[in-house]
Amino acid sequence: MLKQIAIRLGRQKTTTKSLVVRSAGHRLTERRGPWLWAAGLAAYAFLYLPLTIVVAYSFNDSRLNAEWVGFTLHWYRVLLEDEDMLVAAGNSLFIATVASLAATVLGTMAGIAMHRYKLKVLTFMVLAPVAMPEILLGVSLLLFFIQVLNLTLGLLSIVLAHITFSIGFVAVIVQARLAAMDESLFEAARDLGASPWQTFRHVTFPLILPAVIAGGLMAFTLSIDDFVITFFTAGVGVQTLPLRIYSMIKIAVTPEVNAVSTLLMLLTLSLTVIASRFAPDVLKGKS
Amino acid sequence: MARLELKNVTRRFGDFVAVDDVSLTIESGEFFTLLGPSGCGKTTILRMIAGFDLPDAGQILLDGQDLVDIPAEKRPIHTVFQSYALFPHLTVADNVAFPLKMAHRSREEIRSMMQEALERVRLAGKADAYPHELSGGEKQRVALARGLVNRPRLLLLDESLAALDAKLREEMQVELINLQRDVGITFVFVTHAQVEALALSHRIAVMNLGRVEQVDEPSRLYGFPRNRFVADFIGNINMIAAQVVESVHGHLRLTAAGLGEIVAPTLNGVTSGDKGVYAIRPEQVRIGMHGELTELKNHFEGTVHSLLYQGDVSVYRVRLANGATIEALLPNSAPGRAELFEAGDAVKVGWRHDAGMFLR
Repeated sequence: MLKQIAIRLGRQKTTTKSLVVRSAGHRLTERRGPWLWAAGLAAYAFLYLPLTIVVAYSFNDSRLNAEWVGFTLHWYRVLLEDEDMLVAAGNSLFIATVASLAATVLGTMAGIAMHRYKLKVLTFMVLAPVAMPEILLGVSLLLFFIQVLNLTLGLLSIVLAHITFSIGFVAVIVQARLAAMDESLFEAARDLGASPWQTFRHVTFPLILPAVIAGGLMAFTLSIDDFVITFFTAGVGVQTLPLRIYSMIKIAVTPEVNAVSTLLMLLTLSLTVIASRFAPDVLKGKS
Repeated sequence: MARLELKNVTRRFGDFVAVDDVSLTIESGEFFTLLGPSGCGKTTILRMIAGFDLPDAGQILLDGQDLVDIPAEKRPIHTVFQSYALFPHLTVADNVAFPLKMAHRSREEIRSMMQEALERVRLAGKADAYPHELSGGEKQRVALARGLVNRPRLLLLDESLAALDAKLREEMQVELINLQRDVGITFVFVTHAQVEALALSHRIAVMNLGRVEQVDEPSRLYGFPRNRFVADFIGNINMIAAQVVESVHGHLRLTAAGLGEIVAPTLNGVTSGDKGVYAIRPEQVRIGMHGELTELKNHFEGTVHSLLYQGDVSVYRVRLANGATIEALLPNSAPGRAELFEAGDAVKVGWRHDAGMFLR
């Protein structure tokens, strides 16, 4: 789902416009029937009801996720006292921060290279990890770390793995922003006496900054809730939040799981919303 | 002030020769225009002067110095782009100050030069505005101020007026002429719009298929085009297939299809038997009633075939008795009368013997 959002962010410039045009046309020509509303509601219910239940039961004053007993913040208190959980959360935040920062730098460079050299093979290589099944990426990274690098699995291997799958998302967003820009801006900078570095610092970077930030936030959210790839590359000693939640459900789903899921959801959602604010057409009005 | 020389410049893109052995000298302080249809190589020349592209052969010299090893950012040459290319994240003031900052000028210098440039284009009041808040004409003026602020030796203008509407374009033309005279910097302007080229330039190079067809002052280019392409590209002209009969007493005797025998001013290197066209500008053609215009050497009977009323002028198409069709442009100067003649009228057309010309 996040992958799709990321790709959509990259393409927003074209899609939002055509959507607006299409919906305006609809309003003029046809009225939506009640069945359309019903179908829409059903679809949204299917998407959001499970999430709503998870959130609701995190406030349930019962050990079981079975029936509503009463409101409590008990499970959040339990969460705060759960040493293992806090360590896992700390790990996740550390991994997500380091991985997203590194992926932002590398992904921005990749995006600029994709834009500048227009080589299909380059684009393919940057985007392949995005399209690749996560399980495949997880297994291949595991084998690579152990058999080729002879690396002890742990925080470092997780960070490296997360950087690997995040670069493509940042690159796509940055590249889309560059593609939407007038090429003569960069020529004008050179023409007016800016060296390649000055052009990057004074023109290119400020113009792609919204996309860089959006890409970084996207990488952060992808990293913090990643399970599959982390599962393969974590080894034995290190737990992250998603791994911890998974191991808890194996025993029993207590509302503590709901509570931590709710917090994670809140974090991911707000970052996604912020990222979409910075998405490629943020400066559209100014160009 | 700078003199720019192009010596045998050639640029190929694969098999396509975009610029074919072009030599030009642009004088110091000149407003010089490269004029031609799209694909004629004018923009490629501009990009090579700016430093975005390099010639495959030949030299580009600025005041005698070869520019080949100097990258675009180090050349004392600035460009006003067709799209203006104003930096959307910078204010008008910062856009204009950009070349000064890149050149590491002092803070005070930047401020005073930027102020002066903005005042010159009458935009001092818009210093804090962003490009998207400006009108097309204002953007154009910011681009000009930015191009001129660091006193380049040469300013290149790439189809710079094309994005403006007709009325504004005319105003900008006047402004551009004054600006160029004030700053005294050599301007090289690229356009496909012949009206603009005629109005603005000291000299024009007409280009076609990568070659320079003719370099001349606007009035000479219009009045004495060297060949059919130039005559046709600049303004409108009647062209009738013709053959030279003989060259006598500084005149050419021609036979023109549908006109019969006709006399034209002589042209260097033309000998009897040469084929070409007899050409005459529509505004040189006069129309009169039957029996009039007999004082003119060339006069023919005909019928008005069609007319295009254009407000200030009307364009008449007259079919001559012997088959040729001649276009005549007449000012609608008589008050209250829209058209002087109507379709179907029997008329006479005529022109001075030195108005027409023979072109190869």
